[in-house]
Amino acid sequence: MKCRKCGEPAILELRRHNAAFCAPDFVDFFRNQVREAIRKHRMFARDEHVLVAVSGGKDSLALWDVLIDEGYRTTGLYLDLGIFDYSVESKAKCEAFAARRGVPLLVTRVAEAVGAPVPVIKNVTRRPPCSGCGLSKRYLMNRVALEHEMAVVATGHNLDDEAATLLGSVLHWQTDALSRQSPALPSTHRKLVRRVKPLYRLSERETAAYAFLRRIDYIVEECPFAKGATSIAHKEILSRMEDASPGAKHNFLFGFLEKARPAFERAEAVTLNECARCGQVTTGTVCAFCKLADQVKRATV
Amino acid sequence: MKVILRNPRREVELAGGRRVKDVLRELDIIPETVLVIRGDDLVTADQVVQDHETIELRPVMSGGAV
Repeated sequence: MKCRKCGEPAILELRRHNAAFCAPDFVDFFRNQVREAIRKHRMFARDEHVLVAVSGGKDSLALWDVLIDEGYRTTGLYLDLGIFDYSVESKAKCEAFAARRGVPLLVTRVAEAVGAPVPVIKNVTRRPPCSGCGLSKRYLMNRVALEHEMAVVATGHNLDDEAATLLGSVLHWQTDALSRQSPALPSTHRKLVRRVKPLYRLSERETAAYAFLRRIDYIVEECPFAKGATSIAHKEILSRMEDASPGAKHNFLFGFLEKARPAFERAEAVTLNECARCGQVTTGTVCAFCKLADQVKRATV
Repeated sequence: MKVILRNPRREVELAGGRRVKDVLRELDIIPETVLVIRGDDLVTADQVVQDHETIELRPVMSGGAV
């Protein structure tokens, strides 16, 4: 198999693009896709300070790597979920990456913010662990960005993440979620920062290949709580469809974004308030994060 | 050939002299879900792996809270 650009031996085949690339040309392809995502959705400007949410996994560290090389001013944010050895190791990967690239890294402990780490939250709420974890992550990313006066948070969500989320929303016809699913969510309140996903054009295999070729030391082991997660089941289904019909995931997501999403966008904007406790944005009186912290407090004191 | 699998990490021995795509098919692994690593390089599905060689099939899927 030969590289589509230079004719040298290829190291990666991208069936959905009907192409294969050598290592240098694949890295170029990858960076071009990130540039295109940032440009198309006006994710951030050259002079903006970007908070990059990093988990120690391939996606977020690959994203940070590209943004640094593109010359953006970035700060990493690692949210310590307190998930046993997995969190210890993933934090060490982020710290090592930040030190090697000479970029700042902020660390926030979920246990400090919520009152307990994710394994305890899981037991207290009796809901899937990813539920309280996702809620805490979204809340803390926004709060930390505001505290540090950064207007935008970038996450490492890739094409597979977005397609799996879309499938989950469609299966339950969650029209609220469908109206919000986007590679770039604008700020709709002064206390809500912009959220962007510059890797949404790249598959999970492509981000893994980029991280490998760039010798990024990332955590390969999966979060112990991800086993059995619905999002993983949806990814497996989509991967089988992709295998049978290359481009299926891309067409599913991009078709939605271009043709279907506008139909789900609400005619009337949701009314956003400030939480009576913490002051962060909520649609109610007290935000879901404060309710979660209350629940944890009641169960653990 | 030796094949290294992850999550959990384990190794299996298979007869060499076969293309990567045939190895993946025998192990019932969807090509889209793994990187195929030989030494410091990635290899494409049409490459032949010899009996004395080792390849790693590294899963690319991550997930949970998004």
